[in-house]
Amino acid sequence: MEKIFKELCAILFTELKNDELLTLSFSGENSQFIRINSASIRQIGLVDDATLGLKFIANKRTCEGSITVSGNKDVDMARGIAEVKRMRLESKDILEDPFLVLPTNAGSSREIKNSSSLPFDNAVDALLPAMQGVDLVGIFANGRMYRGNANSLGQQHWFETESHCLDYSLVTKEHQMVKGTYANTDWDQGAYESYIAHSIEKLELMNHKPVRVDPGMYRTWFEAGAVADFLDMFSWNGISEASLQQGCSGFGKMRHSDHRLSPKFTFSEDFSSGLVPKFNSNGEVAPESLPLISSGKLTNTLVSSRTAEEYGAQTNYAENGEELRSPHMSPGDLRTEDILNKLDEGLYLSNIHYLNWSDNPGGRITGLTRYACFWVEQGQIVAPIETMRFDDTFYRFFGSELESVGSSAEVIPDVLTYGQRNLGAITCPGILTKEFQLTL
Amino acid sequence: MRQLDLQSLLAAVDVPVDWVGIREVTETHSPRVVRDGVPQVNGCFTTQGLMVEVLTDGQFGYYGTPNMTDIGISDAAKKAYGQAKQAANHATYKFTDAARPANVGSYQSPFVKEIDTISPGELNKILLDAYTQLKVSNKIVSARALMQSIHTLSRFVSSNGSDITQDFLMMEFDLSATAADGANQQTRTFGGMRGTCRQMGMEFLDKWELLAIAQKIGEQAIELLDADECPTGEMDLVIASDQMMLQIHESVGHALEVDRILGDERNYAGWSFVNMDDFGKLQYGSKLMNITFDPTLSSEFASYGYDDGGLEATREYIIKNGVLLRGLGGMESQIRSGVPGVANFRASSWNRAPIDRMANINLEPGNSSFDEIIGSVENGVYMESNRSWSIDDYRNKFQFGCEYAKLIENGKMTKTLRNPNYRGISNPFWNSLKIVGDNDTFGIYGTPNCGKGEPNQVIRVGHASPVCMFENVQVFGGS
Repeated sequence: MEKIFKELCAILFTELKNDELLTLSFSGENSQFIRINSASIRQIGLVDDATLGLKFIANKRTCEGSITVSGNKDVDMARGIAEVKRMRLESKDILEDPFLVLPTNAGSSREIKNSSSLPFDNAVDALLPAMQGVDLVGIFANGRMYRGNANSLGQQHWFETESHCLDYSLVTKEHQMVKGTYANTDWDQGAYESYIAHSIEKLELMNHKPVRVDPGMYRTWFEAGAVADFLDMFSWNGISEASLQQGCSGFGKMRHSDHRLSPKFTFSEDFSSGLVPKFNSNGEVAPESLPLISSGKLTNTLVSSRTAEEYGAQTNYAENGEELRSPHMSPGDLRTEDILNKLDEGLYLSNIHYLNWSDNPGGRITGLTRYACFWVEQGQIVAPIETMRFDDTFYRFFGSELESVGSSAEVIPDVLTYGQRNLGAITCPGILTKEFQLTL
Repeated sequence: MRQLDLQSLLAAVDVPVDWVGIREVTETHSPRVVRDGVPQVNGCFTTQGLMVEVLTDGQFGYYGTPNMTDIGISDAAKKAYGQAKQAANHATYKFTDAARPANVGSYQSPFVKEIDTISPGELNKILLDAYTQLKVSNKIVSARALMQSIHTLSRFVSSNGSDITQDFLMMEFDLSATAADGANQQTRTFGGMRGTCRQMGMEFLDKWELLAIAQKIGEQAIELLDADECPTGEMDLVIASDQMMLQIHESVGHALEVDRILGDERNYAGWSFVNMDDFGKLQYGSKLMNITFDPTLSSEFASYGYDDGGLEATREYIIKNGVLLRGLGGMESQIRSGVPGVANFRASSWNRAPIDRMANINLEPGNSSFDEIIGSVENGVYMESNRSWSIDDYRNKFQFGCEYAKLIENGKMTKTLRNPNYRGISNPFWNSLKIVGDNDTFGIYGTPNCGKGEPNQVIRVGHASPVCMFENVQVFGGS
């Protein structure tokens, strides 16, 4: 893939005329997808895909485009050249862009991670024996992923990695579920079987008859997977500088009224894990770490270069959409073995589901409990709970009501595969809140 | 767009399988956005490739490839065969080629004007003019006009005789104005991306009085800043058709997708409160509830002639007089479940395998005029345009927020209300449906971004509905 990308770059950059600038971004994968239902194969297949994105700047205008990269040099060259010609014509017609983000050459990078992967032809035999005897449903995604960026000033970045991920649910006969995600770069059959066996043990807890809890306020422990879902909301009308400037951010109170979260809440964008490339679609390289909320105070927002141009801010090389790419919440001091005792009586929520802003300016988020969620009394798990809707604001559960933060941060991989397999993860601990509002 | 000689390529596939199919998809979408007087996006994004699918020993295997040469397709068929072969002894269900019915035909979406009848510069000017109308006051802190054309061409051929060509031209359009006064922020849109998404051409820009609509949106955003908070309590709720579409989508459409009921989606989108033995029996809603799967409604977003498994698409009643009759399941689900279904086995693109997806799911009109509906309400709220949505994995407990509402007092709409929300549980909620609006209240909408499936797929769906009144609904306001 890297060779194909470099060849396309060489050809397309020579197509440019005076004062024309071109940035090319590349995204590709060779993936296997195995869909599982009832521990058997529902669907199985392979996908090769590669997209070349083009950003053309001329005449104070910006045009964008993309083509599918077929792997046939002549075909791809013809598609790319045709796209450059289309954009050249269009740049003479559309409105002028006063906030152009011009490419620069700030240095190149190349990062290739090789792994001992699970061969596509052996995957079914490796996966299925460990899950026999239980109702397992989910998706196994496996293979290489590629990201690249280059511009006509000579800057080039390449990132290539290989990984697998079995994202699954185990289901009891009474429809109670346990969630699991086994993800890594090197395939380790023993570690995989051990992980599945541990999930099956957890499933035993779900065999108790579920109890119904009433709407109301509850002390609540959120496992890291649930906290990750809340943090994910910060990428959607959240910690983006453009969203704040355009009046559609839940962080308005923190910006305009110096409203603070709990001193126990510290949150950053941190690329040190190396799970995602540091370069964005403009080819700009983000700082290794960017503090966003420090001890409850909003210290930075995500600022793209375009937002910086438009609003006179300082860019921190965020992606154009100013979404989080490698979020990290700092752990606290509540040890895992103390969680149930500290909770004493209340809710133990392993996962939450289908979040949405119900009042964005107020920071209020609604969603539902899902998977292994329990009622706890006297520091002991009593039984799973029936599905409940919540509606509460992060100004409370990350703020005034945040009692403790777990001492160990977990890596929650991004398992989404819309269009292509996502890279990256959210790293965060669990949290204990004094109150959390269930509504239905 | 030029298409390949798929029949020749199909004939050249040399693998020992029971069935092989090739689906070619080329799609170009061209978004254009003007925000705050400045162009944000002028784009043209194209994807093209092939899905080669084979059936061997009762198991389908697939290979999605952008390599559209004879060698590429031959290699794809071999690899798909290898995948199917390794899974065949562990199949959830052993299929035959009956799961891919043979059909020959074509579909052309309706349009009058081609995309290139309006230049990129003219489109930028239209969007800039709309922005100018949206910004009715300095309290409008951000305003945006957006349009996107989508051209999709697909062709499906198979070894048992299918040869289907479908050509879709679609448009999406939205206007949005955000008003702010300190921390008080209110956004009003033209229904968001779900407001205008239809099969049509550039004639859309002639038919709508876009500038007048833009000004009204800007004015309503300002109006909401000083509006009362939506009251809290149990009351009658009148829902505009641009919100009804999402109510149908979340609490009817997804709940009736048969692959969900069969458990395929339990790890992602979820399960359903509906069971297989509910078909033909369950009183899903009141007797006024008539839901159709209608791929024939001209210009609706997900109209088509055939699904991606080759099944011919026909209009069917899913729910009639409130009783559940039929599931949203394509041939694979119909074979697995024995439940009658529809032609909705659909894929988001060439790089994904088809699964059960709702398409056009509509609530059929009733007999009441808008004035009669409002006049029937003593104490209630009227809500328009979705801004927040959430529902549980069984499609039971939902909560929706809307942009704009009116208080209804003694049969008349009075004050404007901000931050309106409501919540409920699907089955009792639909049984609380008391009035269904007539044809004059019927609106055609859809959504371009319905997510489901593993691997994940975003697909287009259509929903049309009249204005409806539900009684005793939990309504509430903002923080």
